[in-house]
Amino acid sequence: MKFSDFICREAIRTTLEADAKQSVIRAMANSLLEAKKIETGDFEGIIEAILKREELGSTGIGRGVAVPHTKHPSIEKLVGTVAISGGGVDFESLDGEKVHLLFLLVSPPDRPGDHLRALENISRQLRDEMFCRLLKQCKTPDEVWQLLMEADNNQFPS
Amino acid sequence: MHARPAEAFVRLASQFESEVQLIREERRANATYMFELLTLGAAQGTQILIEAVGPDAQAAVEALADLVENGFLELDRQLDDTTQK
Repeated sequence: MKFSDFICREAIRTTLEADAKQSVIRAMANSLLEAKKIETGDFEGIIEAILKREELGSTGIGRGVAVPHTKHPSIEKLVGTVAISGGGVDFESLDGEKVHLLFLLVSPPDRPGDHLRALENISRQLRDEMFCRLLKQCKTPDEVWQLLMEADNNQFPS
Repeated sequence: MHARPAEAFVRLASQFESEVQLIREERRANATYMFELLTLGAAQGTQILIEAVGPDAQAAVEALADLVENGFLELDRQLDDTTQK
């Protein structure tokens, strides 16, 4: 699976004002709402589900990266977005580091395989330290998208 | 591999002195990094090999194998509790 298969370009944010876990998740869900990937009526339910999932264990996967996610019955196709936090967010990651790069994923309940492949893609690409660092340094959504497309085209080894 | 089983692996593997790796076909992942475990892309039913090198290798492999066989079921139940309201 490639980034272009699930990342919504219009929902990418590089100027997160929120710096707390809950408000960052809300801001990211809001970007999907603005991009019309989720409906107004499902907005609060999706946020609640993502936060409940976080209660079971942080989705901070280390190296300053987090992948907050949930399944939701209103979603027909896996959708995700990217946000960058310059100041960092305390995500209670296992490695104790603040999170600067977030991938939020919402998937249909009956397609766990797609979600798994998205996680695999994100972690495999970000394993490349150069790619991970460049992504965290992006100043605009366009720069983020450009880098993701380069990764899709195998510009970063690993 | 999904995020919660990966987290469970990391928490358990970190308790051992031995270096533990999970192997799926030609891919290897250090079991103490969530990041690496997610790259395995291992779905339920996938065969993985647990390899440990160090003074408590035997105990580490046994504990992690037990987690796969018994512990992951509990994770599924917790998730069902939150999604089926």
